[in-house]
Amino acid sequence: MPEMLRIGCGSGFSGDRIDAPIAVVAALAAAGGPAALMLECLGERTLALAQGERLKDPGHGYEPMLEALLRPILKTCRAHHIPIVTNGGAANPQAAARATQRLAAELGIEGLRVAVVEGDDVRGTDALDDLAPWEGEPGAVMDEEKVIAANVYLGARPIAEALLRGAEVVITGRCSDPALALGPMIANFGWAEDDWDRLAAGTACGHLLECGSQVTGGYFADPGVKDVEGMAEIGFPIAEIEGDGGFTITKPAGTGGLVDLRTVKEQLLYEIHDPAAYLTPDVVLDITGVELEQEGPDRVRVRGCRGKPRPERLKATVSFPGGWLGEGEISYAGPNARARAELAGRTLLERARNLGLEGRARLDLIGVASVHEGDSGALRGERRDEPAEVRLRLSLATEARALAERATREVLALLCCGPAGGGGARMRVVDRVRTLSFLVPRDRVHPRVEFVA
Amino acid sequence: MILHQLAHARAGDKGNRLNIGLFARDPRHFQHLAAEVTEERVMALFAHRGCTKVVRYDLPRLHGFNFVLDDVLEGGVNGALNLDGHGKTLSFLLLGMEVAPPG
Repeated sequence: MPEMLRIGCGSGFSGDRIDAPIAVVAALAAAGGPAALMLECLGERTLALAQGERLKDPGHGYEPMLEALLRPILKTCRAHHIPIVTNGGAANPQAAARATQRLAAELGIEGLRVAVVEGDDVRGTDALDDLAPWEGEPGAVMDEEKVIAANVYLGARPIAEALLRGAEVVITGRCSDPALALGPMIANFGWAEDDWDRLAAGTACGHLLECGSQVTGGYFADPGVKDVEGMAEIGFPIAEIEGDGGFTITKPAGTGGLVDLRTVKEQLLYEIHDPAAYLTPDVVLDITGVELEQEGPDRVRVRGCRGKPRPERLKATVSFPGGWLGEGEISYAGPNARARAELAGRTLLERARNLGLEGRARLDLIGVASVHEGDSGALRGERRDEPAEVRLRLSLATEARALAERATREVLALLCCGPAGGGGARMRVVDRVRTLSFLVPRDRVHPRVEFVA
Repeated sequence: MILHQLAHARAGDKGNRLNIGLFARDPRHFQHLAAEVTEERVMALFAHRGCTKVVRYDLPRLHGFNFVLDDVLEGGVNGALNLDGHGKTLSFLLLGMEVAPPG
């Protein structure tokens, strides 16, 4: 039986803390033994935005922070044989690999073996000719003419192949997030393609790791209720995995945060729908039998994951242009603040309609009802309390950029021709990406591994 | 009392579908929460968000529940006009629900 494998996660999303991997890599190096580092950087829509960057410049379109994440750890990872697996290739894994090689050369690392996993980009392929609805979007309709990006969630097998061929850095585009952890497990333990329970355990482990500190006390603190020590220096997770699929979630010694039953429970269900059937490219995971045990400080043992055969179809996320979003805000404070903000809101909507806005528009009274509010504004009708300050927000959706800009600019105009005492006006207009998900036949998707010198 | 006194929660989104993992702070309150936080009551709590369906999955070994809510994101991160298009703050809308004290 091969010895224990440690997998650390140094990034949980594009935008995560840049210095997070340093303590994780230091702990993996100090522990010795087989280890890997995963860096998750690719949200549902990040890829479409990256595709836009690549169109503008063929050298772009990968995670913009990739070099910043790798720079402080690449030498240590090389020295201690800790492969790095990341989906930071986004829309351009080849360019990400070339950038990694440039960084290695700059750091004096010779002969770095960098592999890319491609085949997730299925634009223009027959994979899009046979679409089945994805469970969450049964009515989605494909419009191939307008596709910005179309990417299939690849599994762990190509990552494992790259590692077995000696890759020190594996860069993917779209793949399932848990595959970033399952790939190194398959390479280390040699789990078979139908070893469903072990693949399920590895997938559950990857799922717990994939959001970085969300399992180690991040996105958890609720002062006086769920307190977290050392938030500023929060440690990112490390999993210790055995060949039979048993694993423990922990974090580097001397870091902030915590790993306990509550942090693991919250993350276990994060973005899960049916807990008996979490569909991934490698296995269908059933967590209904999972049992957790606090086996020491900041150490939680996870048992009881079950697996079922992997689905015949793979999930593909397809992105389309989504029109324009305009947002503007202005504050009112002191006596009668709410009434002045509400008058400003009514005025904005009237002016936007007069400009020809026919699409959706919405008002928020930030401080009274906003993120919990619905587009209808029902909550603020129920909440009649008078806030000391309130920030009015207008948001609207249009097909044309010019109208979004003109209508949103009315928020700035309130500084002169709105109610008394408004201040701190801001606005922004951005284009949007609309994504839809479909299921495509597995045999029409062809993952490939290539080394980039 | 409100649910926040008995439970903790985290929300996640995929497309226009939201899930909220809800867990009893004290495992002994699991059955009480099962009786109080029903699909119907959650549906009513999210009615102003256009909720069309709520499914609750019970996870007794974890002393928790997974709530899956359809269409509460009013377009989701793709199309929502809400500041929080992902609906990440909605775990605390659920935790604000009025519940009976455990017996």
